[in-house]
Amino acid sequence: MGGIQARFKLDWPGFALDVDLDLPARGVTALFGHSGSGKTTLLRCIAGLERAPQGRLTVNGAVWQDDTHWLPTHQRPLGYVFQEASLFPHLTVLGNLRYGLQRSGSSTHKATRSLGGRVFCASPGGARAAGGGHEAERSAAQAPSAMQHTTDPNAALEAAVELLGIHPLLERKPDRLSGGERQRVSMARALALRPRLLLMDEPLAALDHQRKQEILPYLERLHRALDIPVLYVSHAPDEVARLADHIVVLEAGRAVATGALTETLARLDLPIQLGEDVGVVLDAVVGERDAAWHLARVEFPGGSLWVRDGGHALGDPVRVRILARDVSIALQPVTGTSIQNCLSATVEQMAGDHHPALSLLRLRVGPSPLLARLTQRSASGLGLAPGMPVWVQIKAVALIG
Amino acid sequence: MFLNDSDLQAIWLTVRLAGIVTLILLLIGTPIAWWLARSRAWWKGPVSAVVAMPLVLPPSVLGFYLLLAMGPNGPVGQLTTALGIGLLPFTFWGLVIASVFYSLPFMVQPLQTAFESIGERPLEVAATLRASPLDAFFTVAVPLALPGFLTASILTFAHTVGEFGVVLMIGGNIPGVTRVASVQIYDHVEALEYLQAHRLSAVMLVFSFVVLLALYAWRPKTVKGA
Repeated sequence: MGGIQARFKLDWPGFALDVDLDLPARGVTALFGHSGSGKTTLLRCIAGLERAPQGRLTVNGAVWQDDTHWLPTHQRPLGYVFQEASLFPHLTVLGNLRYGLQRSGSSTHKATRSLGGRVFCASPGGARAAGGGHEAERSAAQAPSAMQHTTDPNAALEAAVELLGIHPLLERKPDRLSGGERQRVSMARALALRPRLLLMDEPLAALDHQRKQEILPYLERLHRALDIPVLYVSHAPDEVARLADHIVVLEAGRAVATGALTETLARLDLPIQLGEDVGVVLDAVVGERDAAWHLARVEFPGGSLWVRDGGHALGDPVRVRILARDVSIALQPVTGTSIQNCLSATVEQMAGDHHPALSLLRLRVGPSPLLARLTQRSASGLGLAPGMPVWVQIKAVALIG
Repeated sequence: MFLNDSDLQAIWLTVRLAGIVTLILLLIGTPIAWWLARSRAWWKGPVSAVVAMPLVLPPSVLGFYLLLAMGPNGPVGQLTTALGIGLLPFTFWGLVIASVFYSLPFMVQPLQTAFESIGERPLEVAATLRASPLDAFFTVAVPLALPGFLTASILTFAHTVGEFGVVLMIGGNIPGVTRVASVQIYDHVEALEYLQAHRLSAVMLVFSFVVLLALYAWRPKTVKGA
């Protein structure tokens, strides 16, 4: 049986965790919820840092915990990225990277030691990627495959260094790094182990906005490069929208929704979690570029949208996020409007919103879901009902990687 | 010469005693401090109290009980006799054992503080990087607590150098065996050899000041390191 089966029950004073999850074997699964919802506790249970007496955990068929035995953390083939980078202050960056490597499997100490004096191939890609250059991302695309398939621990270390662009930092001590650099090193440290499961506990939460923007491109590269399951704890909708393929929504220690990101975000019974940020995320490919106007047309199942050209090549996979508040409804196709994106859709479901004046609509553009937020009065004025064909105008589309 | 031979002998004996006691306490005190720093057991309180007792107990009380225990009718004395070691009171090793008890809190408490200030996180990180608990202790906890180890060792050494009451009770006053510097000064004063007492006292005074100066001058770094 592939994937991750996790069942945990914890009863602490003032907090209870009770989940039974079946998570996919590949891609990023976001554990999403407010603080206190139990997402970090769940991650710690999976890592073995917290011991839930009644629990069962299998990862890709291997039993990590059941009634009779419990694998201690250091024997679980995982990588863990903590909220604070938590680098060992007494070791250099390279020392931190090697720490786990020397302890994982049959790595040869002599070989890892020789890396210290070795000059890595220059990595302009890694250095530039912080600016979000897509060429840089592509140039590093070979590195991760080496990381996944090599049996040589040094190649894995080198690939992790390459992927996160930390080569210039290797000889430094952690107190000489910026917050963003530290977090990149801690991700490389986890990846260098070639884990079978990567756990990330709000790796961006301790960073300011600018540092977050610096790290997100690396996380996106990671997302594309890894073929292991990643569990990503977050309470930030924008991070989830950019990085996740699947989502588990946690509330008071229980999983209230779980599934593929696109469909789960389009559920009308969950918007309280997201508030103003409620909206959908669609996976698309670049189908056309209009150089004169600096626009690109991205195609998703059922339609296409014009977005600002993000420098992607034709055929590149991209992700767009459309917030419900940016979608309006018309009964006829509208002319004489500044809005570029106008699509034909069908009303699927209607529900109230967090304010009594508002209603939330789920529509379908072909197979793809879309959410729209409008006032109860306009919904009633237009006579909207499930099954009705309408036109949607989209004021803003965010291209998110 | 500034100090006579018996003074030098006393100083050498003192340094040897303090050095050996410090080494023994590093071995014994480290696991105790580690346990105290991380345990949540209910008997952590009683153990802490026992460890701290030499801080408040008159040295003569500690010495008295140790003397009884190590004497011919005491349990330790009977054990050492049975093992063919003989009786420990009024020997150098008897003094070592008594000093280990006497200086225990000076080793354990700084170490405990150092271990506590590291927190749980670095050890959790080590576990996620495949380090077993023992491995993590030596490769993460010890290096991070190094300033604490230095403070604890210096304090233990200095405190052992300064002991007097326990030495008198257990060690007596045998030249080259148990007559340490503090006892030697006492002897000088008893014999009205004030010049000798002055000289040896000055050496002790300078030693204590230098040790404490080193400790405090270096403390800002310990705080940062911890």
